[in-house]
Parts: sequence; C-alpha cells; structure tokens
Amino acid sequence: MTTREYMLGNAAIARGLLEGGVQVIAGYPGTPSSEIIDTLASRRDRDYHIEWSVNEKVAMEVAVGAAWSGVRSAVTMKHVGLNVAADPFMTLTYTGTKGGLIVIVADDPSCHSSQNEQDTRRYAQFALLPCFDPSTPQEAKDMLPYAFEFSEKFEVPVIFRPTTRISHGKSDIELGEIPVKKPAPHFEKLLDRWVMLPKNARARHTQILSIQQPMEDALAESPWNSLELKSGAKLGVIGAGIASVYAKEALQELGLEASFLKIGTYPVPKKLILKLLETVETVLIFEELEPVVEEQVKMIAQESGILASILGKTSAYVSREGELDISAFLDALKKAFDLDIESDSEKLSLELAPRPPALCAGCSHRATFYSMKKVFGNDAIYPSDIGCYTLGIQSGTVETTLCMGSSISIASGLYHAGEKRPICCSIGDSTFFHTGMNSLLNAVFNKANITVTILDNRITAMTGHQPNPGVGYTVTGEPTVEVSLAELCKAMGVGSVTVVDPYKLEETQKAFKTAKDFEGTSVIIAKQPCVISGKRAGIRRVPYTVDPEKCEGCKQCIKFGCPAIEFDEENKCAIITSLCSGCGVCAQICKFEAITEVKR
Amino acid sequence: MSGRAGEKKLDLLITGVGGQGAILASDIIGKAAVVSGLSIRAAETHGMAQRGGSVVNHIRLGTDLGSMIPKKGADIMLALEPMEAVRYLDFLKDGGVIIVNTHPIIPVSVSSGLAKYPDVEEILDALSEKYLLKAFNADELAYEAGSRFAMNVVMVGAVSGYLPVPKEALLESVKALVPQKTIEINVRAFEIGRRNIEES
Repeated sequence: MTTREYMLGNAAIARGLLEGGVQVIAGYPGTPSSEIIDTLASRRDRDYHIEWSVNEKVAMEVAVGAAWSGVRSAVTMKHVGLNVAADPFMTLTYTGTKGGLIVIVADDPSCHSSQNEQDTRRYAQFALLPCFDPSTPQEAKDMLPYAFEFSEKFEVPVIFRPTTRISHGKSDIELGEIPVKKPAPHFEKLLDRWVMLPKNARARHTQILSIQQPMEDALAESPWNSLELKSGAKLGVIGAGIASVYAKEALQELGLEASFLKIGTYPVPKKLILKLLETVETVLIFEELEPVVEEQVKMIAQESGILASILGKTSAYVSREGELDISAFLDALKKAFDLDIESDSEKLSLELAPRPPALCAGCSHRATFYSMKKVFGNDAIYPSDIGCYTLGIQSGTVETTLCMGSSISIASGLYHAGEKRPICCSIGDSTFFHTGMNSLLNAVFNKANITVTILDNRITAMTGHQPNPGVGYTVTGEPTVEVSLAELCKAMGVGSVTVVDPYKLEETQKAFKTAKDFEGTSVIIAKQPCVISGKRAGIRRVPYTVDPEKCEGCKQCIKFGCPAIEFDEENKCAIITSLCSGCGVCAQICKFEAITEVKR
Repeated sequence: MSGRAGEKKLDLLITGVGGQGAILASDIIGKAAVVSGLSIRAAETHGMAQRGGSVVNHIRLGTDLGSMIPKKGADIMLALEPMEAVRYLDFLKDGGVIIVNTHPIIPVSVSSGLAKYPDVEEILDALSEKYLLKAFNADELAYEAGSRFAMNVVMVGAVSGYLPVPKEALLESVKALVPQKTIEINVRAFEIGRRNIEES
C-alpha cells in the first residue's frame, strides 16, 4: 500500500525536492513561496544545508555555487523576487550547471499578496530556459525529481513555477522514496564555463541556443504534457498548468466532446500542438496571466498554414488579469459558441461592510506610525515599503510602495527633485537587510535630507515569521551573530541614529522631532517584537480596559484604529475587547485617563 | 486518475475572518478524509489577506481535479462569522446547506464609523429564504466546552454529520491537530457542535 498524506502544496514541493535528492536550498520569503523552506527547515533528519538568505539574488548565487560543485540545489522565491535575482539568472543561462539546479518561482495571479502579477513563464522564454508548470500539488511533487534529472542531463538550470493555488492548495499526496546516497561535492575548475568573459559568453550563447530543440523534444515526451484526441471533435482545448484542471472539470460537467492538450512544460511541445491543430476547427487556449502558449500556437499555425480559429486572451475570450477558474472557462465557451449556460443568479441585497486586512491589535507599527504622523504632520511625504506595515496606508503614513527596499531611494529622489516638504520613510527590518541597506548607503553618500524609520519588529512577519540577520538565529533555530541595525547604520555614515520603543509615545515622538530637525539622513529604529511572534516566544502583557465612568466618548482611541477597541454607541463609550495584547498605547492617547490595565 | 472519487463527492466552503481558525477547521476535515481513503483538494488564504481580513477556504472531497469550487457549486457553506457567510454566497448552490456562527466580528471599517455592520437577524432571514439554514452562536457553545478558541472545532462538529467521513476519523484528526493541552476541550467542542445540529 502506498503512503498518502494530506499536505499543503508547498509541503508537497518540499517533499519533491527531498525525493529529488536536494543538498542545498536557499531562498528569501515571499507569499506564496515561503512554506517550502519553512517545511524543510522543520524536519529533524536534515542531511542538507538550508538557509533564508538576505535576498533573492544572494539566495540564487548560493544555490548556484552549490550546483557548480555538482550537488543538487534549489532556490525559492516569489515572482517579484526573480526581478531581484534577474542579474545572476540571465547569465546563469550561459554558464549552465553541473548538479541539478531548480529555480522555484511562485506566481501570484490576482495579487493575493503581491504588488504585481507578472508571469514567470515570460522569464523562462527570456532566459531560454525550460519551465515546469504544475497543474496539481501531486504533480508539483512528482515533477521535481524529474526536473533535477533534466537539469543535469542538459546541464541547465530549470524554472519550476507553481501559482498560489498550487502552493497554498492542499491535497492528498502519494509519497515517493527519499534517496539515501547523495554525491560528494567537487568543484571542477572549468573556466570556460564559470568565467563569463566575453569570449566564453559568446560560445555559451551558441550552446544554449543549440540545445533549445533537443530540450523541447525531451519535454514533449515527458509525462507533464498529454494529448487526448477525440475522433470527430471540432473543438480543441489547450490548458496550461493549473488552468488545465479547471478546463477539464468544466468539459466533464458539460459532457462536451473536445480534444484536449494539457501543457506542463516550456518550451511548449510544438509537435503535440501541431497534432491538435490538424484535427480541429477551433482551439480555445486556457492559461493564467500572459498569453504565452497562445502566442506559440499562433506561430505554429502560421508556419504550418493551418487556418483553425485560435481563441484566447488576445481576442478577449479569456482574461489576461487575475486567477482563472471553472466559471472563467465556461464564460470563454459561452462567448466563443453563443452557448446557453446558466449564469449566476441575483445576489442578496444586503450591504456588507468591507473587511480588509489590518495591522494586529497591539502591532508596534501602528504605534510608530501614530508618533510619526504626530511629529511630521499631514504635510510631510511618507514613502514606504513592502511588509505588514504597508497596511499602515490606513494610518496615512504609507504614500508609496514600489518594490523591496525602494522607500529610502524614493525618499531620496523626492528630496533631490527639490521637494521642500519633510520626508519620512518607513521600512521593515527584513526589507532593510534585503535591499534597503544599499538605498540608505546611497542616501548618506548623496546627502539626502530625509528621515528613515526602520520598523524593527525582530522578524520577517508578513510571510510567516522567518528569521533575518537581525534576530540572532538561523532558519533551523541555530544561534548566529545578531547584526545590530544601529551599528550598521552608523557604519554607513548616518549622522543621527536613535533606537526607540514605539510603545512609549513620548520618547518616540521626541526622537522623531530630533530626526526631523537633523540636517542630512537620519534614522529612527523603532524596536518592538511582532505581537504574533512575541506571544509565541512567551511575551505576556496585562490587557487594558476602559473605565466607562471616565470615558468621555471623544473617540481618540477609536481613531487610533486598533481592532481591539470598539465603540459602544448606546453608552457613548469605548470598549476594549479580548483581542487586546496590552501594548498600552491607547492608554497614553486617552486624555481622560479612562484606559487602565485590567486589575487582577 | 484515481478511481476513489465517485459518490462521495462533496464541495464545502469555509468562510470567516483571519485568526478564527478556518485553516485548522479545514485541516481537520482534510486529514480525516485522507485517512478514510477519500481524495481531497483544498484552497486556502495565506499571507497578507490573513491579517484580520476576510478568508475563504475551499474543500473538495472526492475530486482529483482543481481545488477551486465553481460558482454555485458548494453543497455546504460553513460560515464562522455571519457577514462572511453573505460575502461568498455566490459559491453556494441553490438550496444548499449553510451553517452559520451568529457571533459577529466587527471590522475596523465599522468601529471607525466608515461602514455599517448589517443586522444579523436580517442576514439570517435572507439566508433562510434560499438555503437550508442552521444558525447558532458557536462562540457561546465553545465557551461552554471550555474555551472560546474552540469555536472552529464546534463548527467542524456541526458540519460533521453532512460529511462523507466517519465521525471517528474526524475526532482522531481533531486530537492530532489541536494543541496537546486542549484535546479534551476540543473533543467536547466537537461533540457539542455535532449534537447541536442533530437536535435542531
């Protein structure tokens, strides 16, 4: 009997790496990719090196070094992380690899937790590298050992691209064997491979172009592509990755006779596409995000003189934005064939209150933003960055968010453009270590008169509480050097560095005033552990309560925006709910001393 | 394709607010389903959307295709919060079963006066017109069982009778997934939730 387990997609991916004999895994956290490393780090019987690197570029280079020594390695990141790692990535194409090297890049169609919805398959085309696009968590797991073999056979890195619904889907997973024997590392000094001097680069460019067709042929034969031709069917459907299972289910439900090509690898299997095109009149292409397959199908049809009608995104049958689902496939069919498929019924007429995500009760970011706004005022400009604190948009202190580390450089640009208003930017501890450091160095070097606030909550919170160089332990909990943000900033030449406890409003506001008045780049480090990880680490505080006798109903505490504070309209009085984590900030805001610690 | 799918097909949607334990609730059902030999697919909300935001989990028993329930495809909705029941109604099929925890969680948009929370009675009346409604205060039942934090397990108990998974498998799964110290409370919560529906 086989072993089946109920698993998160990312846990299945972690398992696939193990079954493929991985020896080094590096990555930077990013939704929806983070749990791959979280899962591997939590295993007891580890015979591999695993790390959270400081950013995706660094992580990729760590994985490359390992793979060049002949062992199997993997690097994980979210889609926008590949932009950070694009520099090594685009030349890695030329060098290739010795040991199997898998670049895992998780895409996030619909921007569930992302700033854009770029399609990593485009990067694969750009870099001339193969890409694996799983349709289910099981297939994701099964693809990985194959991807390692493939990478070693052709000596190229490969991209493995799950999407949110694979990574954060759950499924029963049939497990395979984990190999016991793994090769010992041996770095061969192949200078024409590893030193990309122009002379070597030219030769390697020729090499990667020459193996495109053999790679495509090998992938077309792989189990990840399959063509089912239905005799007499005039409709052909091509489904790519996860979109293929939506299309398949919709066709089954409708009982529609259609030939079906499922695509799971890139470069696309041209032979299979041609076979389908030769037998049908219409092809509907169903893929998430960019029309990558569709463009290829159109090229193949044009080259072969096939006149079948090809429907997809460029003709607006399928949306180029957001996630797809079964309904999206039915809509495309309806449009294409004027079908009469039951459409959605009327909705209830109830008006719902929006429930956007918010900073937790007691989150120190809210307190920092409160003091920042008090000191810098409505007139100041507030560039910010990527993390939980982007939710500070509700506090009026997040006015730009572009990419990791950009807050400080954007603040610098605003200043150098001649903006006369005060500029105060915010960035998290992990984001600062990621790419904010370079921006701060640049700000100091080029004399930007700005205030930089490092929101040091002692963890990489939003992605699920991963350690960073500031916390003093690695991904496996092993103690390591605890890098001091304050010393780091001073070493980079910042003239004014102050560490504050953001729960203490007076102290924090005093520090912000000093920083605001400072001529040049100033840094405030607001240090207070994340309430979630702090609670897990055993931090307990006494919760607060409102004395209804003293409460004047002025709503100053309500305006603070803490989810633990509600307003009792009947009694015109604030109330503090069981969500209170005891930060005590509201008690300092209250002018009537109506908020006090709960008496035991 | 496995042949284990078939008559035991059931699509369940769990809705609620980040922090209420929707993921644990779906894990209990998922793990029990696998132990009982059913194939299962589920989709969850992680990351930024979790921080006190609206969350929805799809659970599909007896399928080996995608994890996303189609519109009007869910047989049952388990709503851990009343307003979040309404937000995802277009996934529930006409005449489907809807089990609602009537205890509201007021979003910051309401407490700060930017929006209004709809009347819970009105929500329930509207739901009962089109669906088979089972509504009760699961927070209170969890408190009876020993902890308000067991509300999600009360709700799993409430839906358990509708699932193609034996009660024993679900209970084993509760015991395996909740913190060791809280097993007794959670088993009680499950039983209270289950009885509450059987007797309604």
